[in-house]
Amino acid sequence: MLNIENIKKTFNPGTITEKVALRGVSLHLKPGDFVTVIGGNGAGKSTLMNAIAGTFKVDAGKIVIDGKDITKLPEHKRAKYIGRVFQDPMMGTAANMQIEENLAIASRRGQFPTLRWSAPEAQRAYFREQLKPLNLGLEDRLESKVGLLSGGQRQALTLLMATMVEPKLLLLDEHTAALDPKTAAQVLELTNSIVNSRKLTTLMITHNMRDALSCGNRLIMLHEGRILIDVSGEEKKSLTIKDLLAMFEKAAGSELNSDALLLS
Amino acid sequence: MDLIIPTISQGLLWSLLAIGVYITFRVLDIADLTVEGSFPLGAAVAAACMLGGMNPVLAIFVAAFAGMLAGVVTGFLCTKLKIPALLAGILTMIALYSVNLHVMGKANLSLLQVDTVFTLYSIPDVTLGNMVLVIGAAVVVFTGVLCYWFFGTEIGASIRATGCNPHMIRANGINTDITVILGLLISNALVAVSGALVAQANGFADVGMGVGTIVIGLASVIIGEVLFGTRSFKNCLISVILGSIVYRAVIAVVLQMGMPPNDLKLFTAILVAAALSMPLCQAKLKKRKVAE
Repeated sequence: MLNIENIKKTFNPGTITEKVALRGVSLHLKPGDFVTVIGGNGAGKSTLMNAIAGTFKVDAGKIVIDGKDITKLPEHKRAKYIGRVFQDPMMGTAANMQIEENLAIASRRGQFPTLRWSAPEAQRAYFREQLKPLNLGLEDRLESKVGLLSGGQRQALTLLMATMVEPKLLLLDEHTAALDPKTAAQVLELTNSIVNSRKLTTLMITHNMRDALSCGNRLIMLHEGRILIDVSGEEKKSLTIKDLLAMFEKAAGSELNSDALLLS
Repeated sequence: MDLIIPTISQGLLWSLLAIGVYITFRVLDIADLTVEGSFPLGAAVAAACMLGGMNPVLAIFVAAFAGMLAGVVTGFLCTKLKIPALLAGILTMIALYSVNLHVMGKANLSLLQVDTVFTLYSIPDVTLGNMVLVIGAAVVVFTGVLCYWFFGTEIGASIRATGCNPHMIRANGINTDITVILGLLISNALVAVSGALVAQANGFADVGMGVGTIVIGLASVIIGEVLFGTRSFKNCLISVILGSIVYRAVIAVVLQMGMPPNDLKLFTAILVAAALSMPLCQAKLKKRKVAE
């Protein structure tokens, strides 16, 4: 479903703040793969996500989704294939607009907007039915402005919006990191239920090793702009945090400075 | 008492400017200074067309088209060429000063010798002053309804979302360069129509009539929002129109009380500065109250 071939990215090349973020990453995802991505700060996790989403153009390499080469497509044209949930709960929704207006925009992801009425009455029943499984009572608040919702509610709404039109690829960029532990667990549970029930091809960055091990069928660890560890299937199921750290030491040839990885 | 009708009439004609400023300042979240050039542009184009023998109604449409072009230029500068929006507006505004002089051929055109929309269709027993009120109200209601409809459509909702959260709307497949340009186009078309109507009502177009229009527009927007609320988009539109009328009333009152007309712009600037700083002052006051 997703084919990434040897993509590279350097920020601010030739200046004092030059940063090589991706040093040649290749990744192949089968349809229905749910891949968790871990790595320390500056490992290139978010850069990888943003490269796929098209926030910037990569310096080299190729990105193909479902047979379509999107390497040169601008961000808004990739939206047809990709659903996204951001780390910042404020980023995925328009705060000044009503819940139903946000949902209406998401229900047209990848389509050219027309002069038809944006949030017609006829869609309301569908929106209510979509909101119900979130168990947040949002189905009764269609006309509330999204800005009135809590961070967790907004993240759940963004998740719904990102998957409303079935994406070829779902990108979750540490989407529970800004939430309190209880809310984070709820949003993660919702994520699992949506991704697993609809078999969505998903790439999820997380800071939390336990989540990385418990979710999905495959795990990759990035380190200094490269994929260092890639485990899947039965091997991943039996993996523990201790195993992961041992694998890292062996692969990277150094001890993992694991504070950032373990604690947060 | 005899000031009430002209005050409301002027408020209505200028309210199109206020709606234009509302679209950029609140909807798109851009402080667009193009209005300082597109307002006199609308006046200049309409005046030149009418003096050339064109129907005054048609002249307003030509003025609107000119305003659209001005908006597109600013939009192109700030999206495709990545010039900060504030500076892009200033550049277009300055450029339009020369353009307006070219359009008019001189700094000032009198329209007293030609028919305007207000003299063309005279109704028996209705004075010219009342005609301005009637036509002004009709144009404003028509524009208000049109704006309400447009910003409720899929394209309109995309423009509103762009101002609110560009990341979100791009992630949903909308090209924000296009929505920004479109918003600026609509805004400046309305501002140019406002300029054309004001020129026709006042009987002249002047190259300097744009000075301070952004501040007048902002004053109307803020006064409207504070007095009449911002619950929904419809509410905001009505607030802005009423805000424009209240602004004219305030000006009329302070002039009546003996303030020299030369101090008008200073007064407006202070009014807007005070209104814009109000949220901060309110927050500080609240904090102090809580502390006590």
